[in-house]
Amino acid sequence: MDSESKKVLVEPLIDNNPITLQVLGICSALAVTSKLSTAITMCIALTVVTAFSNAAVSLVRNHLPTNIRIIAQMTIIASLVIVVDQFLRAFAFGISKELSVFVGLIITNCIVLGRTEAYALKNPPWPSFLDGIGNGLGYSAILISLGTVRELFGSGTLLGIEILPLIKNGGWYNPAGIMLLPPSAFFLIGFIIWGVRSWRTAQMEKREYQVHQVHRTEVM
Amino acid sequence: MPSDNKSSTSKMPAWIAKILAMPNESVQKTLFVALTMCLVCSVMVASATVLLRPYQAINKALDRKKNILDAAGLWQADKRVDELFKRVETRVVDLASGEYTNAVDPATYDEREAVKNPALSQKVPADQDIALIKRKPKYVTVYLVKEGDKVKTIVLPVQGYGLWSTMYGFLALENDANTIAGLKFYEQAETPGLGGEVGNPNWQALWKGKQVYDEKWQPHIKVIKGTVDPSKPEAKYQVDGIAGSTLTSRGVMNLIRYWLSEQGFGPYLTRLRTQRG
Repeated sequence: MDSESKKVLVEPLIDNNPITLQVLGICSALAVTSKLSTAITMCIALTVVTAFSNAAVSLVRNHLPTNIRIIAQMTIIASLVIVVDQFLRAFAFGISKELSVFVGLIITNCIVLGRTEAYALKNPPWPSFLDGIGNGLGYSAILISLGTVRELFGSGTLLGIEILPLIKNGGWYNPAGIMLLPPSAFFLIGFIIWGVRSWRTAQMEKREYQVHQVHRTEVM
Repeated sequence: MPSDNKSSTSKMPAWIAKILAMPNESVQKTLFVALTMCLVCSVMVASATVLLRPYQAINKALDRKKNILDAAGLWQADKRVDELFKRVETRVVDLASGEYTNAVDPATYDEREAVKNPALSQKVPADQDIALIKRKPKYVTVYLVKEGDKVKTIVLPVQGYGLWSTMYGFLALENDANTIAGLKFYEQAETPGLGGEVGNPNWQALWKGKQVYDEKWQPHIKVIKGTVDPSKPEAKYQVDGIAGSTLTSRGVMNLIRYWLSEQGFGPYLTRLRTQRG
């Protein structure tokens, strides 16, 4: 694999992560991560949609009239999402019921349109496809970490298998109910962003303004 | 414009090549691109839907069976639904006479579809329509859970209006056709967290063991405000209401009363009781 494809594939994982750096797709990251299994399904669905919509938009990019650009991209994305939703209903019925509206909401997920606008309109299909996969994986990395932490500490299980023995089943672990509520995902995403930015200091944003240090002599 | 589409244009019909060669912002090209894209996308969506429909239908049928088993208290997560469902006999009941009927095929009959068909349903007079269902089917599928030759549990489909939505569920009765063996709502769109609690298994479990009919065989089951006092003789007819959702709770009570009244399964259940002697 050449260096360019490797770059578009690996960069969104940490250095240009759609959630922690671009801060896109937060809504679904809060909603579907209370259980690991729904988080994984959502990751697969989003990665597939982002990759194929990137490739499709890139295929038609040279013939796309600018004034209908957004609506044309939305048409492609929406069609792909419906196809994915139909597949889930056919082959993963239980999970599709749990994900309910969130599969449909991939259409409005900022990551998908963000990538077709920012990358696929300017690049050939294959790199665009890889960019879609890369960003899907970046999203997945965060969602799966959130899903793992929330399910483990919220219900004491992982993928439905009991890891921390619960008090009600004769164990010692008292589940932290807040982990199952959407706000906990906000805190966790905040901690992840904090962690990533302390590790990769290049991601820290410059202060927009500096508070002027008043010296005592100035006042007097 | 980049020229990576040049090579393929040579094989296309001349008129397509001509349109593609137009500037992107021209009206003809905008229309052409928009229409082509819509056409391709709709073909893709339509074929996915049509090709996957058989698989979805299987899932839906399995889910329905699972809900029936769940209402009857037979559902086990580690067993196959079809295996468990072997104990269940599906029959169609003529609501007016209470007799079993062969007028429709139980395997394919769907009372939710039948309500839309004037030949298979009838209007419910407004003064009787406490469950707010507007039309009721002539025939309804019932599920008999057998133990050996004997019927152990009768599972009846019920529906009615809550606060926002029609709630669809299954009500399971013991073989005395009076004691509730289970209640399960599988489709409702009540307020999440308040009325939506009708979908909560803990609340549904409160119905188990309650009596529906009084001595005169009138539906007497009641959802009350607050908590049922088990020391009172009335307690066997009473279920705790859901806090913060009076209308949904009342909707559940009304739909059960409606479906177990003479308008609903009354004649059928009376017949079952007299047969038992």
